[in-house]
Amino acid sequence: MTTKKTDAIVIGAGWAGSILAKELTEAGLSVTVLERGEDRATAVEGDYPTSIDELRGAIRHRLFQNLSQSTVTIRNTMDQDAVPYRRLAAFLPGEGVGGAGLHWSGVHFRVAPDDLALRTNVIARYGKNFIPEGMNLQDYDVTYEELEPFFDKAEKVFGTSGEPYTIKGKVAGTGNPFAPDRSDAFPLPAMKDVYSATVFKKAAANVGYHPYSLPAANASAQYTNPYGVQMGPCNFCGYCSGYDCYMYSKASPNVNILPALRQDPKFTLITKAHVLKVDLDSDGKKATGVTYLDLNTNQQVQLKADLVIISAFQFHNVHLMLLSGIGEPYDPVKNTGTIGRNFVYQTITTSRAWLPSKQYTNLFVGAGGAGVAIDDFNSMNFDHGPLGFVGGSPVWVNQAGVKPIAAAIGGPAGNAPTWGEGYKDAMVETYRHSLTIDAHGSNMAYRDVYLDLDPTYKDAYGQALLRMTFTWKDNDIRMNQYVVSKIEPIMKEMGATRYALGHLHANELFDTRRYQTTHLGGGAVMGADPKTSAVNRYLQSWDVSNVFVIGASAFPQGMGYNPTGMVAALAYWAAYHIRTTYLKNPGPMVQA
Amino acid sequence: MKMPSPTRRHFIGGLLGSASFWLYSDHKVWADALAVGNAGPYAPRYFNKEEWRFLNAACERIYPTDAHGPGARGLGAPEFIDRQMDTAYGRGELWYMSGPFVSAPANLGYQLSLPPREVYRQGIAGADAYVRAHHDGRSFADLETAEQTAVLKEFEHGEMALGAVPAHLLFEQLRQNTLEGVFSDPLYGGNKGLAGWTLLGFPGARADFMDWVNQEGAAYPFGPVSISGETA
Repeated sequence: MTTKKTDAIVIGAGWAGSILAKELTEAGLSVTVLERGEDRATAVEGDYPTSIDELRGAIRHRLFQNLSQSTVTIRNTMDQDAVPYRRLAAFLPGEGVGGAGLHWSGVHFRVAPDDLALRTNVIARYGKNFIPEGMNLQDYDVTYEELEPFFDKAEKVFGTSGEPYTIKGKVAGTGNPFAPDRSDAFPLPAMKDVYSATVFKKAAANVGYHPYSLPAANASAQYTNPYGVQMGPCNFCGYCSGYDCYMYSKASPNVNILPALRQDPKFTLITKAHVLKVDLDSDGKKATGVTYLDLNTNQQVQLKADLVIISAFQFHNVHLMLLSGIGEPYDPVKNTGTIGRNFVYQTITTSRAWLPSKQYTNLFVGAGGAGVAIDDFNSMNFDHGPLGFVGGSPVWVNQAGVKPIAAAIGGPAGNAPTWGEGYKDAMVETYRHSLTIDAHGSNMAYRDVYLDLDPTYKDAYGQALLRMTFTWKDNDIRMNQYVVSKIEPIMKEMGATRYALGHLHANELFDTRRYQTTHLGGGAVMGADPKTSAVNRYLQSWDVSNVFVIGASAFPQGMGYNPTGMVAALAYWAAYHIRTTYLKNPGPMVQA
Repeated sequence: MKMPSPTRRHFIGGLLGSASFWLYSDHKVWADALAVGNAGPYAPRYFNKEEWRFLNAACERIYPTDAHGPGARGLGAPEFIDRQMDTAYGRGELWYMSGPFVSAPANLGYQLSLPPREVYRQGIAGADAYVRAHHDGRSFADLETAEQTAVLKEFEHGEMALGAVPAHLLFEQLRQNTLEGVFSDPLYGGNKGLAGWTLLGFPGARADFMDWVNQEGAAYPFGPVSISGETA
């Protein structure tokens, strides 16, 4: 085995890893980023026109994780045997430099401040008995005011387009009235609303809701970010989700951070480096580095470091902690341990409206982050008291550019035929004249929903696969049904000739065969109590103080908003405290 | 944008007579699509003769020729599927294919040990055997079109084993790959003449809609372009 040394190791070259690598090299550390996939650059993967090939892109998963080497196993309940997630469908983790940050859409939210202290807020408003039995409702142990400078920084790095509501307490624009106060404007004005979004905006306002244009990490104009890298203006080509943006308009680690980082001599990127485990010292309190497999040579390499940042995709973070013995694995029966606890997802259902035949929605026009939303039924923006559930959903038209293969396989919706006679007529009407409205909502954490190591299945390197135990729960199903019922008045107001409301059904099981969202969360959550959280408020492991775990794995609940903005802010927040506090005096930053 | 090559245009021109139905229907795109589709029979590289007959018939029932234009055969979907069999996808190299393989509730996803090319090999043989047993010894391709549709409807939600393949899995494999062939870029062998995209109104590789963000519901006026620059 080869042994090498660096100051800091960063595992994974997605958003979280790229942000930490940038911040730590700025602090003067030598940083080695280990990425198990290929190197990727927009000049190659984003090269027009081969970049906009739907079959090679979203359908054959050009930028997604190749499950043949490693996957997860899934079961709905603890009494089942889990089976492998053999084919990508329900969620789509990335692989290669940029990670999921290369193939994401670009919806770029901050956070609903109430969501950061959801347990405290629900109890204050509705009492402790409002929380259902078995729901692990928790606070993040960080406030919006503390995170605000880091949301601001992330938006400036991402070149985010948006319309503010208030800046420093004063109304400054026509943005989301439920959005928290800002210290500064968005770096770019909001993206234009596509036609279907304008139809939704008008109808939603007419029925008394508060529509706003989504904040998008799709550049509405040419932009140069604080690192000196440039973005081009989005042309609404519609190839965001699943693709590398050929216009350099969608923020990605590859476009917005790595070009600057690659010029820093203290930065080393090693691709095709599959981390097998974080190495710990004899008493398990300190990491000494990592052991990885060089996938080019099939040789194991030991890399030593003073600081290890685990910043891969959400469930890979949890997997690596379990494989490395960092922290105590969660046991749902004894209700002990924290690694794998509070594994969460999001609820998302799609409703469709058909407009009169003179109105063309041109579904292929779009931008992944753009659209119009309402927050009237998100977070704690409405009274849950008489409803008896926790959580909520933004509702939106997010026309991201609908491509023909996905549209055709998805079918014309409603009761129309999905093949054969009548199929073409229905597809034509749907593709030319319909629009979709999503309820993209929260998912709470439960005692019997968690991650652990699978007892049977192994990856290509002989290590146990991660096992997901997950299904939908009554609280979240009823939340989704309630919010979807609030879409119906919008459908009527917009003049839909017909509509189909999509919602979760009572006792519905999680179905792995159909894409829902890649917004998985939790499993290594942040919090104030080491008994119920894996990392402290600075995302530092409670158990191994020179390991920080950055990502949506830190979310105690699945929130209604898209997670990337929160992940980026948490990454900058953790990096700031590593730079200003930890590096001066390495050790636990919060006493357990 | 590149124009079709002179050879191809000449070839289409030479075949227009045989495609006159589509010309009289005033849809030159369809005529071109049919002409290209007929431009010498494609010789399958993976499927054997019987499988190829089954595949052509089944694709055409899933996406039939009708007043809207050519069906899956005319668009080259069988050719597309044949070519896909010799890719990482066809060989199952994009999927986790380690055992043990066990049966599980349907909502937990695909659990067979078969890659797509084996789903077809075993599934088609099983399907033809099933059809022969229930239709006087005739194979699927020899049935009347209405009978073929009825068989596919049986398969769509059917649990009967076609070889090692449950019928509904063979059907979904066929349906998905047929539609991929109809609607993918023609460089993979389907969507000939861009007629799949023309039907939907998808403009292909134009991918620049700066001026079409909001035209108050007007129809987008330009036809499709392929990655290679072919227009329709």
